[in-house]
Amino acid sequence: MLKQTEGSKAVAEAIALCRPEVICAYPISPQTHIVEALGEMVKSGELPKCEFINVESEFAAMSVAIGSSAAGARSYTATASQGLLFMVEAVYNASGLGLPIVMTVANRAIGAPINIWNDHSDSLSQRDSGWMQLFAETNQEAVDLHIQAFKLAEELSMPIMVCMDGFILTHAFERVDIPSQEQVDAYLPPFDPRQMLDPAEPISIGAMVGPEAFMEVKYLAHAKQLQALELIPQLAAEFKQTFGRDSGGLVRTYRADDAETMIVAMGSVLGTIKDVVDEMREQGHKVGVLGIISYRPFPLQQVREALVNCKRFLVLEKSLAVGMGGIVATDVRMAVRGTGLKGYTAIAGLGGRPIPKTSLHKLFLEAEQESLEPVTFVDLDWDAVNKQLERERQNRHSGPIAENMLHDKGMSTAAKFG
Amino acid sequence: MANKPFAITLKPGTSLNNLTGSWRTARPVYLDRLPPCNNACPAGEDIQGWLFHAESGDYEQAWRALVENNPLPAVMGRVCYHPCESACNRGQLDSSVGINSVERFLGDEAIRRGWKFAAAAAASGKKVLVVGAGPSGLSAAYHLARMGHKVEIQEAGPLAGGMMRFGIPKYRLPREVLDAEVQRILDLGVTLKLNCKVAHIEQSMQDGGFDAAFLAVGAHIGKRAMIPAGDAAHIVDAVSVLRSMEGEDKPMLGRKVVVYGGGNTAVDVARTVKRMGAEPIIVYRRTRDKAPAHDFEIEEALQEGVMIKWLSTIKQAGDSSITIEKMALDDKGFPQPTGEFETLEADSVVLALGQDVDLSLLDGLPGLEIKNGTVQVAPNMMTGHAGIFAGGDMVPSERTVTVAVGHGKKAARNIDAWLRGTAYQPAPKHELAEAGNLNTWYYSDADKTVRPMLDIIRRQTSFDEVQGGLDETTALFEARRCLSCGNCFECDNCYGVCPDNAVIKLGPGKRFEFKYDYCKGCGLCVAECPCGAIKMVPEDI
Amino acid sequence: MGFQTVKFYQTGTFTVGNRLLAPDERSVQAGEMRSNSISSGHRACQGCGEALGARYAIDAAMAESNGQLIAANATGCLEVFSTPYPESSWQVPWIHSLFGNAPAVATGIAAALKVKGKHDVRVVAQGGDGGTTDIGFGCLSGMFERNDDVLYICYDNEAYMNTGVQRSSATPPAARTATTMPVGNEPGNVFGQGKNLPEIAMAHGIPYVATATVADLRDLEYKVRKAMKIRGARYIQIFVPCPLGWGTASDATILMARLAKETGTFPVFEAEYGEVTGVLKIRNKLPVEEYLKPQKRFAHLFGKHAHPEMIARLQAIADRNIRKYGLLQDQES
Repeated sequence: MLKQTEGSKAVAEAIALCRPEVICAYPISPQTHIVEALGEMVKSGELPKCEFINVESEFAAMSVAIGSSAAGARSYTATASQGLLFMVEAVYNASGLGLPIVMTVANRAIGAPINIWNDHSDSLSQRDSGWMQLFAETNQEAVDLHIQAFKLAEELSMPIMVCMDGFILTHAFERVDIPSQEQVDAYLPPFDPRQMLDPAEPISIGAMVGPEAFMEVKYLAHAKQLQALELIPQLAAEFKQTFGRDSGGLVRTYRADDAETMIVAMGSVLGTIKDVVDEMREQGHKVGVLGIISYRPFPLQQVREALVNCKRFLVLEKSLAVGMGGIVATDVRMAVRGTGLKGYTAIAGLGGRPIPKTSLHKLFLEAEQESLEPVTFVDLDWDAVNKQLERERQNRHSGPIAENMLHDKGMSTAAKFG
Repeated sequence: MANKPFAITLKPGTSLNNLTGSWRTARPVYLDRLPPCNNACPAGEDIQGWLFHAESGDYEQAWRALVENNPLPAVMGRVCYHPCESACNRGQLDSSVGINSVERFLGDEAIRRGWKFAAAAAASGKKVLVVGAGPSGLSAAYHLARMGHKVEIQEAGPLAGGMMRFGIPKYRLPREVLDAEVQRILDLGVTLKLNCKVAHIEQSMQDGGFDAAFLAVGAHIGKRAMIPAGDAAHIVDAVSVLRSMEGEDKPMLGRKVVVYGGGNTAVDVARTVKRMGAEPIIVYRRTRDKAPAHDFEIEEALQEGVMIKWLSTIKQAGDSSITIEKMALDDKGFPQPTGEFETLEADSVVLALGQDVDLSLLDGLPGLEIKNGTVQVAPNMMTGHAGIFAGGDMVPSERTVTVAVGHGKKAARNIDAWLRGTAYQPAPKHELAEAGNLNTWYYSDADKTVRPMLDIIRRQTSFDEVQGGLDETTALFEARRCLSCGNCFECDNCYGVCPDNAVIKLGPGKRFEFKYDYCKGCGLCVAECPCGAIKMVPEDI
Repeated sequence: MGFQTVKFYQTGTFTVGNRLLAPDERSVQAGEMRSNSISSGHRACQGCGEALGARYAIDAAMAESNGQLIAANATGCLEVFSTPYPESSWQVPWIHSLFGNAPAVATGIAAALKVKGKHDVRVVAQGGDGGTTDIGFGCLSGMFERNDDVLYICYDNEAYMNTGVQRSSATPPAARTATTMPVGNEPGNVFGQGKNLPEIAMAHGIPYVATATVADLRDLEYKVRKAMKIRGARYIQIFVPCPLGWGTASDATILMARLAKETGTFPVFEAEYGEVTGVLKIRNKLPVEEYLKPQKRFAHLFGKHAHPEMIARLQAIADRNIRKYGLLQDQES
């Protein structure tokens, strides 16, 4: 059913259609609207046979989900940013125990400085946690990925994060096609847990494993994700059969057939990128797009196939490996190793910094001209940065960086009234 | 488990593959220790054993366990001075278990319910002569009869019981109780010949065709003391007084009766005399705490109005008075004369200075050794003459009913062995269960039950039994106060407190076993065993 | 309170078993059919109080739930010694997730059971004092506050034993641990710190809070069984001496628990909806020295450089417990 609705609300409805049995959540912007809506649905009876638990922290949220999933209940939670970091220990534990929990990450920057706006630092920080990570480009895709996610997670008995850009998607009102319960039921079978806490078969879950078997356990988790590389396209195909829509999969290309310059990105920024590419195509530039949906497992082969025919690529990512550069870019470069392709990294949109089309336009042209530095910080205020660096060169005790920068930008209270 | 996550998810109970017994440096082992009550019992009763049955209210079983060693529980429950209770470890906790009162309860219960002894073993074809129907003789006769031997008791007196009848006053041992227990022994097929004094033992054995004899004639001859006395002075001995109480002619002692001596017999006489309406005064040369009489008897006598002159000796006896000299204890605790005299009114003087044995039946018997007026016996109770055994007051030992009963049992076992041409080998004694072996935390607080006492007026004026018995509830209470020192009573503590589940419970009556495959040797079972029935022994490593 | 007052070992009994009691009055541990929730072959130290306490508690919970029990376990000795790959000691469905999240995991299990209509299956969570009073405290408080249908059992041995005896917020004053060494003017753990978790639990107003020790099996079983009859959040703190961490003989584990109770050092009580409803009275009150002296962790209070003033302060703490809970026989509780 087509609806003009908020992304969070749409996702909440999708989750409800998946018949979750235990939902637990701790509020953090910009995830709140999702769980608020679910809480209301449980309380009103609209979502029956479901326990909604208001926990005291994200750590507890993930822990409750661990318990409920281990006891055989389809379990869901949502978080973002600091919340994700606060539950990290349990995040690793959920995957280590092989519990098919589905979690929405409403992507948001990580402090300090505290910042509620979107980038991908949070879920990317969990790159190696053993969770699968799927990135939605639109709210429609967010809805669809959640439905696929339950099926994928339960098939493999591994947890999944469905990542959607905070505010940009979660709080955006768009037209979304919400599937019917019949459709979802046809696609998603009831949870048949691979292991379950049950007095009839009293297994011990969560043993201490020493050097004699630890590596094998870790390899098996890796093997699971390799299996997912085959399963994800399969589930997307099944999804198309049931719902009549292309959604999900490992990667998606746009105007890439004859592209000489490929822009690689994840999430909602792909929409802006496509607009810019359309404009550039009209101007005769052979630019194409590669959207990565499955960040974990990382589809090395599919990325390589998508890029192997271009001449250069630019990875635009909303994340920064401080002291290194791109995070996604590193993986993409790994995918094209040996091809001799020129690759560039652009760090953009950290902490919600807008990524205007004009900036992208300029960036893509420079990429095409191969005049970019290996790592580019899109729309960075070099004046402010340089001033601070200069100050620090002169004085070790130069004061808080953030405050100084605001001052330089004429935005601090001190500057206003001082 | 094949489809469960590798290594992280495990099958239940698989730790059984890990044999932690290899950690152990010492292992717990179950053992039986000798309870101090049993150890102290001159009659060799398995006190703890019969209390065990009494604890569950199975009095018949308790009585049957008791009479395995002692056929006179109702008597014993009245006259025994219960060294078991003095030894009882519970005495260090609150007060000792009232073993004697439970024994009496069981004995009385048996009489009341008419319980009989188990049938005797198959007849051995051997005949044994028992001389004397006192406690020792009756005990021997009982055991020998149950072993299948033909037993005949020849008793010089007119009634069975010996000192139990002619030495212990009625108010301590009602005669119907004694009669009932004697009769039960006779019911086993023991022949009792009364008024049948054995003059010559060899002759009697030969005449009756006896294969062995047990002599238990007791010590009935009152010891005399050299007291300068006038012709009119009325001096009698205690044994005669007590004996005459059983006959038609009660002794004529007058109003003021001086009893000379500090033993139980002296007290018995004084209390008897008091009940006859006289005014007894005990004269004893030492102090109360040096007196051989049991203190509770002295106390009861004092309660009843018996006067006692401590530290006094009789210097002279006249027709209606005596002169006594005050004594003082020297450094070593011996009484020494002070030269200070006093005169007491005395219509008669009863000497309670101990008794001698009438050994006339042994005259000319070869191989015997007589020392200090008693017959010497080997550890197997046999005299120097093969086939003739002796026990009770006529052999050197403490002269109590309980000791005598013990002698009877011991002699019976040895006679039995001798008749079969073997030697009786007593089971080796276990190590003693001492208070330090126990964990008394587990015993709840429960003070001893006090037996009812007859009111004082009736005590002074009648021969009614002074001390009452326990009723069923109080007997049960008292039995349950037993700590079961040194012997497992299946409290399940070891089974429960083992952090390693290394104890197997074998079921009621079967106790426990250690699973040494898993026992780490922590010793908790030993520390928490209430009764000290487990100990640690080092592992050979 | 805990068990009926009885007079003899046979019927009154402080022992595990009792051949003279009616079968329904016998302890779970006395039964040949007890579940032995933690099998032999586990790797707990010799004389481990926690291994003992856990079996007592879980067996009792198993008995009360007719074997329909799931356990969540915090990281710690109990977890490590019971489930090192490839062997598990547990006979109950059991999960270990993390050090600090056992209460939340249990909440999740309880929620799953509820939603699946498995009302007969019950949930316990368990952990040591560190996992309970420190790192797991947030989750525990949350579980209490929501009144989730979980019995949480804390095995209190008063320090982080698994990591090598470091101080926890349940470590008593003056005790030596690896992080409160017996040096300086006030050797050992400082006075005036630490958490009283049973009281904090009571402050949540949950249906049931109790303390127990491995020295009072019947009381312990009574409390676990009572707790299992109640729905909602319940908390039992079981005092489990640790021979290794306390420096006591392996056979003194139960004795130490008994002395802790008999000196008033560890008050044994139960509370419903925040109100104390019963206390286990002291049988024979003892001075705290009796409890402290056998423990090497308190050795610095005695001997050549003794600290009688610190012993006096520990005595004062015990006396306050006695007053506060009415632990003496003739006191109103």
